[in-house]
Order: sequence, then C-alpha cells, then structure tokens
Amino acid sequence: MRRSWLVLLIVVLAAAYFVNERHKTSGSTGPKGAVGTAAPEFTLQDISGSPMNLANYRGKVVLLDFWATWCTPCRGEIPHFIDYQNKYAAQGLQVLGISMDDDAKPVHAFYDEMKMNYPVAMGSSQLADSYGGVLGLPVTFLIGRDGRIAKKYVGAVDMAVVEQEMTALLQAK
Amino acid sequence: MPGELRTSIIFIALLLTACFATAQTAQSTFPPGSPQLITTADLLKALQDPAGTKPVVLNVGPSLIFMQAHIAGAEFIGATSSPQGITSLRNRAKTMQRDVSIVLYCGCCPWEHCPNVAPAYRELEKLGFKQVKILYLPNNFGADWVDKGYPVIRGQ
Repeated sequence: MRRSWLVLLIVVLAAAYFVNERHKTSGSTGPKGAVGTAAPEFTLQDISGSPMNLANYRGKVVLLDFWATWCTPCRGEIPHFIDYQNKYAAQGLQVLGISMDDDAKPVHAFYDEMKMNYPVAMGSSQLADSYGGVLGLPVTFLIGRDGRIAKKYVGAVDMAVVEQEMTALLQAK
Repeated sequence: MPGELRTSIIFIALLLTACFATAQTAQSTFPPGSPQLITTADLLKALQDPAGTKPVVLNVGPSLIFMQAHIAGAEFIGATSSPQGITSLRNRAKTMQRDVSIVLYCGCCPWEHCPNVAPAYRELEKLGFKQVKILYLPNNFGADWVDKGYPVIRGQ
C-alpha cells in the first residue's frame, strides 16, 4: 500500500515538473517566426565568403531583411538600411540581408552598386520556412538583444516606424 | 528646322518611347479589375469544380517562394522577368494547345511591383494563346492565397 502511494507521488511530481517546464519555455515556442519567439539560428556564408552566424550577434539588435534584387520595394529600403548600419552600429545594431534571388550574380552586382555595408547571404526555402515562410517580399525582422523576434514587417516598411522601434530596442540594455 | 536637329528630336522621342515601353513591361501593367485578371475566389472555384475543365496553372515567380509553398497542381516555370524564365515558358508553351485555359501567377511582391506576370502574359499572347488569365494577388502569395487557407503544396 505504502509503495503504491510512493509511485503515485512520483507520477504526480513528474507530471507537475513536466507542466512547469512546458510553461517556462512557452515564451520561446509558438508559430515559427512569430513575435516573441526565439529567432531561429542560422549559419550561412555571406556573398563574400565570410561566415554569417546569427548566434554571433547575440547581445546586438539585429535587423534581418529578406529581400531580392527583382523586388522594387526591397531595393527602395536598402539605402535606409545602409544608413541605419552607419548610424547605429556603435549602439549595437547589426543589419543582415538574406537575398531570395535564385542566382547570386545580380546580388553581387547590386551589392557593389549600392555599396552595401552589411553582410548579405543567399537564402533558402528552409531558412525562409524557419522564419514562418517568406511568401512575398520584402519581409523584415527586428531581433532584440535577447535573441527574440521583437517585430515582423511584411511588405514595404514605414521607415519612421522601423527606426523608432529599432532605437527603442537599442536603448533597452 | 535644320535636318540634323529634326533627326535628333525624332531619335530622342523614339528613345523615350522605348524606355517607357520597357519600364511598362518590367512591372505589372494590369490594374485591378482588368479583364486579363482572375480573382483568387474564381480560380479556386475553377480548380474545385468537379465537372469543369481545370486551367493549367503556371507559376512564373522565383523558385525560393515556389519551393516553400505553391498552388496545388501548379507547374513551376521560373521568374519570367529573366530570359531563362521566358525560355522556360516558351518550351512549356510548345506542348500546349493554343485554346487551353491558362492561369499565370507569381505573388512575389505587391501587385504593382511584380516584374514577372506581365512579361509572361505578353509572351503567351504573342505565341497565340487566347485564354490566358493572371491571378490577381494584391499583396503577395502568402497573404492572398496561403493565409486564406486555399490549397497549397508545401516544401517542394
């Protein structure tokens, strides 16, 4: 009889522990690429051959831009992102570009033409899927210093809004 | 007017016309409501009608979007803003009757900025296809098709 109670107690404690752990981590789960969830890690090579590993930017605010050379609104945003990289790098901003072009050649040409000052890597359907799907461009994420997605913008962004939200994240130490 | 000046003016006018025409075909030139367009609801109805003849649905957008998700039954052609995409479309066209019903779609970016659907439509028109429609996706494929729960194939 005493053994049965002991087994029951262990089962109850194990269930309580399981529920508690699930509750503790619930902030980092949820729909892929959703605001409040941990930004999916990736390790890529940028178009110049250097590693681009999201984990290396932990502690910084990351503006992650999914774009393509054939996407007119994306092209319009890039001069602003170059400007942000210049203006806010010292405060801890890092802009990262993920090109959804099929071919790297036009990306290289555009990168040089625009004198882009932040790393750009070629994307993949797997990476896009891990961020909840990039089924139309542009898509931009703001990732906080804690590595969580703070904002997601689908379509051309309102630069005034992005800059305001980005600077708020930069001020949050 | 001296002949040289007149020639120069005509040349500049022709050049501007050519530039304007190129700019027009580089972006989607069909405003919402154009007879060349089909709505998502009408395409869905056509695809789900058990008695009707289903249109051939051709994706003329970039591969990375198609690979994430595409309309169930759609064929991948490639981005027809590129010469490779147009070649691929021409090759596919060789295998189709001119009176077949075709729906082109892309959804890579907001409608007015799509660089792919207009060149694809013009190409098929040039090749003599009579029943070509373009799927009107005002925002993008994700917002206007996938998020509405319409049938998709993912990850291929």
